[in-house]
Amino acid sequence: MDFNLRLKTYIFLVLIVLLSSSGNIFLSQGMKQIGAVRVGSAMDLVRLFVRVFSNGWIWMGIAALLLFLGCFMVVLSWADYSYVSPASASVYIVVPLVGHFLLGEKVPPLHWVGIMIICVGVGLVRHTAPSTTREE
Amino acid sequence: MTLRTALFLAITVLANSGGEIAVTRAMKDIGEIEDFKPAALLPVFKRAFRSGWMGLAVGLLAVGFFSLLALLSWADVSFVIPATASTYVVGGLGAKYLLGERLSPARWAGIVLVSVGVALVCAGY
Repeated sequence: MDFNLRLKTYIFLVLIVLLSSSGNIFLSQGMKQIGAVRVGSAMDLVRLFVRVFSNGWIWMGIAALLLFLGCFMVVLSWADYSYVSPASASVYIVVPLVGHFLLGEKVPPLHWVGIMIICVGVGLVRHTAPSTTREE
Repeated sequence: MTLRTALFLAITVLANSGGEIAVTRAMKDIGEIEDFKPAALLPVFKRAFRSGWMGLAVGLLAVGFFSLLALLSWADVSFVIPATASTYVVGGLGAKYLLGERLSPARWAGIVLVSVGVALVCAGY
């Protein structure tokens, strides 16, 4: 097994999880400030566009998700998509924890069971080879 | 879960899976990145964004992004983000049939477990 390949893949996966989690949480904060989307006319759409793109949380979310996209692109230059995508699912731990403890959202018990099963799935994927198409 | 939420979830999942698969195609065409300095990465990103696959990816990811924004305006982040994990199953199929990746039984098991976890998460609402 290629140690360097695994190490650099893990480092980028951690960055992907952190940037994706914070990006989604920032976007959620921004959209909660804006309120439920109702588009009845073209003017409504313009007003919504202006409100969305004049919100600081939305811009922080976009910045975090752009950095996430950069890391995602880099790791996909060598690793399988079917490895990177599920292996980065630790975001499903981070986001509900932040939603629960920082944003005051309710997370039901069944939700926690689902999250634990997702973790087992992520663990299984992480034990497979990061790349099945890479030429040595 | 309302019909509106289900519809926006489906759009988000399909657009994101398709977009990420297109990103993968673009990056595999470029080849393995070994120099991670910003000065070395910028030309690589420039090359990537000139490819047709990346154009398709940006279009699909934009659809997924605005669909997610709309979803987050009425649903909790602790529901929306786990529910979009079904992207993994669609992505696994796309990786096998569109990208030619060899998915081992362990990897499929992991993907299936992730989808079961998602089903439980959704059943809570």
